Amino acid sequence: MATLRQRALDWIYRRPEAQAWALLGPGAFWLLAFFLVPILIMFVYSVMPRGIYGGVDRGFTLEHYARFFDPLYLEVLERTFLWSIACTVICLLLGYPVAYVIVRAGRWRNLLLFLVILPFWTSFLVRTFAMIFLMRDTGLINNWLLKLGIIDQSLTILYTPFAVMIGLVYGFLPFMVLPIYASLEKLDLSLLEAAEVLGARPSARFRRVTLPLSMPGVVAGCLLVFIPALGSFLTSDLLGGAKEMMIGNLVQNQFSAARNWPFGSAASFIVMALVLAAVMIYLRVKDQTPGGSALK
Amino acid sequence: MNERIPRWLIAVAALVYLFLHLPILVLVVFSFNSSKFSVDWTGFTLQWYYRLLQRPDILRGLKVSLIVGAAATVISAVLGTLIALALARHRFRGRRAFEGFLYVPIVTPEIVVGISLLILFALFKFPLGITTITIAHVAFCISFVVVVVLARLEGMDDNLEEAALILGADEITTFWKITVPQLWPGILAGALLAFTMSFDDFVITSFVSGSGSSTLPIVVYSMVRKNVEPSINAISTIILMVTAVLIYLADRLVRER
Repeated sequence: MATLRQRALDWIYRRPEAQAWALLGPGAFWLLAFFLVPILIMFVYSVMPRGIYGGVDRGFTLEHYARFFDPLYLEVLERTFLWSIACTVICLLLGYPVAYVIVRAGRWRNLLLFLVILPFWTSFLVRTFAMIFLMRDTGLINNWLLKLGIIDQSLTILYTPFAVMIGLVYGFLPFMVLPIYASLEKLDLSLLEAAEVLGARPSARFRRVTLPLSMPGVVAGCLLVFIPALGSFLTSDLLGGAKEMMIGNLVQNQFSAARNWPFGSAASFIVMALVLAAVMIYLRVKDQTPGGSALK
Repeated sequence: MNERIPRWLIAVAALVYLFLHLPILVLVVFSFNSSKFSVDWTGFTLQWYYRLLQRPDILRGLKVSLIVGAAATVISAVLGTLIALALARHRFRGRRAFEGFLYVPIVTPEIVVGISLLILFALFKFPLGITTITIAHVAFCISFVVVVVLARLEGMDDNLEEAALILGADEITTFWKITVPQLWPGILAGALLAFTMSFDDFVITSFVSGSGSSTLPIVVYSMVRKNVEPSINAISTIILMVTAVLIYLADRLVRER
């Protein structure tokens, strides 16, 4: 027994590649079989004709992609894109100051950081429900505004684009703060000292030292907000009502009520393509920013 | 160097923290409010929590969530740790490409993962249920485990392993007696995060769960769709507590050196 074990060890010890693949194998298989292959199948579905009973028929067609030139769907794409960009910009404007304050918060730093990490991991569904609880017609905001006499009739907040935007920002803000914090934390303080000694005023120190060096975090944060916003459907589903769809709602619809799987696959693949494009842009920017290489 | 933070910046940050946490706080407080329909405070009660215990759908959902969560956590913790070991300790062809590929599941929108798995299971006529939910959860948890364990491995001292080998321990003994104990906080943190993600996931699960296998978030979603009632505040509070405890523990483990 011992010799067999020894021989097996010797065999694998002489082959470092085999050793690596033995460790990687099970996990790599899982990701291949249940992540990569399904996405490839989804792509194949998106170029096949729609089947009568909800699946697909044999053949090749681009009709599902062509449908996105229909004004109805073009509008969905445009709305998704604009809302995701708006959400990203708002998150950046709110998130940067927070990251900046955390880095300089001294002994409060760990607590403040934890208070951003917590919502990052908290159930998105529960957080979206919290928004409903506040914003609905008989919700807390309306109740208090009525009591204080600021309004004399409930405001319609829920089921408006405004509510969706609030929900998106609320949902994805932590995704912006954390990467910016990470790059600000690594910032070499002696650079700021040097700038001060050389006579740079605080605003100039921020603009010419801190900001450029935190660019990798900013770009990563923007990506981490933009991508889930692009693919979100829970927020627009629960806070926007059924009125103004985002592409995520369109996809979900095709796989439930409409039962048009190939069209849903095409919509989903468009999301995936946009995501990959965003990642490519991120990698290029990261290589080009002055801080990019220094911070790696 | 004394870099003062401008007042207005602190004000902005304070408002953002309020925005992030006040809605959740309000939600929790009103889970103890005795009025069913109004958002006026009418007195303290635990009745909404008792109500939860009487709802079979909630209890079944919790059971499914716990089974799936436990299975997905164990599988993804093991597979993720093995991948991290391979990446940290071995040079092999395609290593960089594989490392890049690991990040793709993290940035892929959940809806894409959900429907592509639905298509896969439908294509192979695999019945939807606890198994398919677990498969899906492992698929999106592995990468997170790898990231956390890899971070731990990179900060680890490998002199101890060398010493063990020189002193005559074989590879397997060294692995169990030296590597695993040192790595343990990283594995545990990864596992806690995996469980949290599994326990909280709604979007992907909604596509791959069959009619008899609703997880807790699926049940909560259908409650929210129907109408807003205090029981939702109560179950939300419980979910929040579970998450908060797990994340607090994971956070401590990650910082431990």
